[in-house]
Amino acid sequence: MSQKIIELKNLTKSYDGTKVVNNINLFIRENEFVTLLGPSGCGKTTTLRMIGGFENPDTGDIFFEGNRINDLPPYKRNINTIFQRYALFTHMNVYENIAFGLRIKKTPRDEMDRKIKKMLKLVELEGFEKRHVDSLSGGQQQRVAIARALVNEPKVLLLDEPLAALDLKLRKEMQIELSDMQKNIGITFIYVTHDQEEALTMSDTVVVMNNGLIQQVGSPVDIYNEPENRFVADFIGESNILEGIMIEDFLVEFAGKKFNCVDKGFQHNEPVDVVIRPEDIDVTEPEDGHIRGIVISVVFKGVHYEMLVESNDFEYMINSTDMQEIGSEVGLSFGPEDIHVMKRG
Amino acid sequence: MKNRAKLLAYPYILWMAIFIVIPLLLVFFYSVTSGNIHEPKSLSFTLEHYSKFFDMLYLNVIWKSFRLAVISTVLCLLMGYPVAFVISQSKQHHRNLLLLFFLLPIWMNFLLRTYAWMAILSPNGFLNKALELLGLPPIEIMPGQTAVVLGMVYNFLPFMVLPIYTVLSKIDKNVLEAAMDLGANRVITFIKVILPLSVPGIITGITMVFMPAVSTFVISRLLGGGKELLIGNLIEQQFTIYRDWHFGSALSIILMIMILVSMAVMSKVDKNSEEGRASMW
Amino acid sequence: MVGKLIKRAYIGFIFLFLYAPILVLIVYSFNESKSRGQWGGFTLKWYGELFRDPDIIKALYYTFIVALLSSLISTVIGTFAAIGIHNMGLFGKKAVLNINYLPVLNPDIVTGVALMTLFISVNMRLGFLTMLISHVMFNIPYVILSVLPKLRQMNRHMAEAALDLGATPFYAMRKVIIPEIMPGVVTGALMAFTLSVDDFVISFFNTGSGVTNLSIVIYSMARRGIKPSINALSTIMLLTVAVLLLVINKRTAKGDELIP
Repeated sequence: MSQKIIELKNLTKSYDGTKVVNNINLFIRENEFVTLLGPSGCGKTTTLRMIGGFENPDTGDIFFEGNRINDLPPYKRNINTIFQRYALFTHMNVYENIAFGLRIKKTPRDEMDRKIKKMLKLVELEGFEKRHVDSLSGGQQQRVAIARALVNEPKVLLLDEPLAALDLKLRKEMQIELSDMQKNIGITFIYVTHDQEEALTMSDTVVVMNNGLIQQVGSPVDIYNEPENRFVADFIGESNILEGIMIEDFLVEFAGKKFNCVDKGFQHNEPVDVVIRPEDIDVTEPEDGHIRGIVISVVFKGVHYEMLVESNDFEYMINSTDMQEIGSEVGLSFGPEDIHVMKRG
Repeated sequence: MKNRAKLLAYPYILWMAIFIVIPLLLVFFYSVTSGNIHEPKSLSFTLEHYSKFFDMLYLNVIWKSFRLAVISTVLCLLMGYPVAFVISQSKQHHRNLLLLFFLLPIWMNFLLRTYAWMAILSPNGFLNKALELLGLPPIEIMPGQTAVVLGMVYNFLPFMVLPIYTVLSKIDKNVLEAAMDLGANRVITFIKVILPLSVPGIITGITMVFMPAVSTFVISRLLGGGKELLIGNLIEQQFTIYRDWHFGSALSIILMIMILVSMAVMSKVDKNSEEGRASMW
Repeated sequence: MVGKLIKRAYIGFIFLFLYAPILVLIVYSFNESKSRGQWGGFTLKWYGELFRDPDIIKALYYTFIVALLSSLISTVIGTFAAIGIHNMGLFGKKAVLNINYLPVLNPDIVTGVALMTLFISVNMRLGFLTMLISHVMFNIPYVILSVLPKLRQMNRHMAEAALDLGATPFYAMRKVIIPEIMPGVVTGALMAFTLSVDDFVISFFNTGSGVTNLSIVIYSMARRGIKPSINALSTIMLLTVAVLLLVINKRTAKGDELIP
């Protein structure tokens, strides 16, 4: 495993008495693509801004390569930021925007030219040097912002919802480009987003946050398959979350029935939350399923149908390629590995 | 609807023609004629009013008006920019209060504000009495050019501060953070980002101070004691004392040209700086 | 921090510069001695003298009558003109707005003498009517400039929706357009009123026959030297303005609105 590059210890920040970031601990490794994911107001942007140096933590410490950097102003940190609305300098052209950081470092002219050329090539904006930034499209402005930050060769790049202002198609393209770029140049990306799909596609590690607290840290697959609590399960993808009781290891009761499962380590008869992903439920003949229910809505989603099936006052969401008539009775079946048991949070 | 609603503008278009366009055309007409204005037959074309103006006496007045207006504008800029900057940087709640108190004096009658400086600066006014109490020699700047400049700065300072403040307060905070993020400390951020972004406000401010300063006759009359004639005083005298409407009209046209030329130069500077700003560093 | 201290000191200095002359006037307004040099003890006699001075009383009367009438007339003409201009074609709109801008951009003295030239040329006697016309003339552009942005902000289908629902154009105007642009109209009216109260240069050239306003009276008095009753007048005017602003500031709470 590579070195820790950034470490947050007991970081807390309040605004007007509300704790926006509440005593979080986190470390980020070199060359990792880490995403801070959560709903708005969860503290992800504040955390990022503390790393960038734009906010001071109330308590706790921030370490960069082992050194405490709490008191270092942004311009002395070897970290650069991509801001939400790009924050380009509208009084400068593309070249001058990218040159900004290099000029401050008094980079020689030929070296600067070379670096900027390389950057423009990286973000596919060759020949745009003299263009005024106002004349660029959103996607192009975004690329300038990326070039402007990366040209300084930061060890860590912070990205604050950088794709939020782009349309869906462009966003998808940029997601792929950004993660490719991160792999090619080999630096650490800390990415903030509220879009769970974006987080799962791009990151090595996802940090799910809510109410200023870290809910779960893990790989996208872990986060999706093994949510640690109801919030994570609910926030990441569509889920059916049922209340249940863990009878014993590998046996859980919910929906009035006992099911075999793969989870263990709970107390006997401990109340738990049970998650079943919509795509893990199979629709069968009524008599063949574990649960019987009535189809109450069917929406065609392009690749699959999204159905709601009501059974015992619970609405199961199911993604299936077979369509069922509304009002028809169906059976629902799932295997032990599709059932995920979580501590009641 | 669209076509009918348009009709609502027509009465005002007629009004504008009578009270805005015709008066200005009349001024121009009188500036190139001579004779009795009440007897149209006596009027004849001439450029004598414009040639008269090339007399050293009048050129000096023009030069003085221009010089004092420029000095006042520069002083307003030097004093006003930091004010606008500090207000724009302060917290929202403070900001409104500071602005309110900063603007309060301009709600007071312009004549009274000028008159107040008479009470302070006149030879046995407040300032000299205070100096006398401290055992210091008196300062005699009123009547004089210094007092006129002071009066201009005092009266027109808010016109410089407001547009600059407006531009500064609109600068995206993220842009300043981006500059810091890219390695600029506060000073460099100011020079390379804030200052260039506030140029439009500075240009507006300069316009709004220069124009009333170059055309005033009240400040020069009250604080210059009638000795410091500016072009505004010349115009006023032609219309109220000498009744030489033709020369007065010519002077008005010259004043308008002066202002137009200054504005054109300013906007040219603005454009150039926009293009040249990138290579400024 | 040193920076903060310097900032505070600088703002303090600017405020001193702004308020010192006003404070001096206020202090002098209570000074028994007519000479500005000495403090002759506290008195209110200048206030009494102020209200017995027929010139000042007359000027006050004309100032407010003209301000009231001119702001009223210019608000009505200006609002309708703005609606008309808003609905004009691109070219016509540009032309009208450019001419409309002339009185705003031209130096007051040029506007003043140009109007005076017109009045004299058609043998109009300078007096109350000419002063009123001149005030209406320089007020309308400001009303238009504060109403137009509100019209632009308005959803352009709103009027059409009203007509679609069966409103006559007049009804649509009264019930939909006017209420929508009301904030702009009010701002314009207030601006017109203050500009009118404060005007000196244009009034100076366009009045006569004994009709004056406060600015003109102050100018003629100040030209002859200092008169203590002017100090009293300044004090009253400043207090009025301060109280008005504080009340408006309280009412709007945010306070942004009163910045002209």
